[in-house]
Amino acid sequence: MDTAYSADLSALWLTCKLATVVTIILLLIGTPIAWWLSRTRSWFKGVIGAAVALPIVLPPTVIGFYLLVAMGPGGPLGELTQALHLGVLPFTFPGLVVASVIYSLPFVVQPLQNAFEGIPGRTLEAAATLRASALDRFFSVALPLARPGLLTATVLGFAHTVGEFGVVLMIGGNIPDQTRVVSVQIYDHVEAMEYAQAHWLSGAMLVFSFAVLLALYTLNPGGKRK
Amino acid sequence: MIHARFKLGYPNFVLDVDIDLPGYGITALFGPSGSGKTTLLRCIAGLERAQGGLLRVKGEVWQEGARFLPAHQRRVGYVFQEANLFPHLSVRGNLEYGYKRIASGARKVRMEQVIPLLGLGKLMERRDPSSLSGGERQRVAIGRALLTSPNLLLMDEPLSGLDAASKQEILPYLERLHGELEIPVFYVSHALDEVARRADRLVLLEQGCVIAHGKLNEMLSRLELPTAHYDDAGVVIEAQVGAQDETYHLTRLDFPGGSLWVGRVEHAAGTLVRARVLARDVSVATAAPQGSSITNILATRIVEIRDEGQDRVNLRMAVGGGQMLLSRITRRSRDQLGLTVGMELFAQVKSVALIA
Repeated sequence: MDTAYSADLSALWLTCKLATVVTIILLLIGTPIAWWLSRTRSWFKGVIGAAVALPIVLPPTVIGFYLLVAMGPGGPLGELTQALHLGVLPFTFPGLVVASVIYSLPFVVQPLQNAFEGIPGRTLEAAATLRASALDRFFSVALPLARPGLLTATVLGFAHTVGEFGVVLMIGGNIPDQTRVVSVQIYDHVEAMEYAQAHWLSGAMLVFSFAVLLALYTLNPGGKRK
Repeated sequence: MIHARFKLGYPNFVLDVDIDLPGYGITALFGPSGSGKTTLLRCIAGLERAQGGLLRVKGEVWQEGARFLPAHQRRVGYVFQEANLFPHLSVRGNLEYGYKRIASGARKVRMEQVIPLLGLGKLMERRDPSSLSGGERQRVAIGRALLTSPNLLLMDEPLSGLDAASKQEILPYLERLHGELEIPVFYVSHALDEVARRADRLVLLEQGCVIAHGKLNEMLSRLELPTAHYDDAGVVIEAQVGAQDETYHLTRLDFPGGSLWVGRVEHAAGTLVRARVLARDVSVATAAPQGSSITNILATRIVEIRDEGQDRVNLRMAVGGGQMLLSRITRRSRDQLGLTVGMELFAQVKSVALIA
């Protein structure tokens, strides 16, 4: 029984670690993508926008399948990682991170893009006439004004990574301490008819998710900006 | 000296401007909406890029050939129609935004100077700029632009978004600004009274082209220009405060061509003021009027007569000392009085507005 619980705790820890790492990476790459999408007039915008949004419509198993092929020994990503002496990514934690980033990208890019698009062009022009360079304007005006969108993006990116199952199963399998996240662990418990453990783990997830969302929504006073 | 040459084509609009303007005083860019005033201002600020444009400001090349100085490297201050304050910064944060971004050695306009100049003292610690009134917001926006110590201040109809009361509140500040800081101003407007009040020079724009530019006074008295067709067409007179009539509470304004009595002015004798006389407030008589209630009667000579619509004519009359006066009368009056160019006339000025 003790070992079973320690496996649950390990799955919980792994899920937190994965979601945190993925959220940080998502914010780092999602923000510039969202900024570009919100400001560009390039015809290329539609292509990038659609590519980013794909995971919303595709079944997770399809994404997982393609990623598995791409990151496998014969796939383009796999060949790249092998050339860099990193081995292959499937069934490793880094592989999960890469897959989760792709899978959760639209949930970070879209709220950010909406927030950036809501900033009037004149406000940024005013900053330009006040001697702020493009990068300066981004950090001193755009990012602070997009704060509500940034928080939404963080919450959605984190929550979506915590909740993913299909992609994880396809790409990560079920290796304890490496790729066995909570959603997979719960699935295993149910498969093995261990309802008691499935219950406490699901309950823990429920409470944790609610607590995270609650904290973020209280920290983000929506009524401040009228 | 500012030299600007821009050509810009949009589907429904073309800007084609090539103009030299002095780098001092207030230059009004005047024209109906869609005439390209704002686009010209944006080209000067570097917010709009006209291919192949040329812009030199006081010896510095801001645009020429492939060279295009980005907006944030141009020493301009820009005041938009709406204040466009940064909602996430306090009033002080807004004022300091540009100030902090210029080298301390280049700061010619100081915070201690701008705060009293624009009456910002009480507003400084306000956290949320959206809680300010329209006039207050625009004052902060002007202060914010001034604090970058610009070589050129560009104002795009800064009063048009304000109600009459806010306009009245902000006007004295604008006047003090010009008196205390020697920054040339390009001022976009479509309101003739605003232009007459503030500008030294006038650039008339129509459909993206400059149709005339020159000294305000001279421009306002030209009958062939669109400004003569406005309901409030009229001349400005630069005058000095002269004698005071204590009994009747009147003040005499003296200008090279004569003098005008106006309601009491509390300025010391010799103070320079600007008065505006509208064409519709000037009537004419071929003989010196007897028994008229009108105090201001000036001897003039007709320089030009031009039809104004179906029923009116505009008269341009020389008062003396180079000063012109416009009068708008009916065509019938012109014919009944047999008015011709060169005729001597008495102009009866019904009303004089002291505007600065």
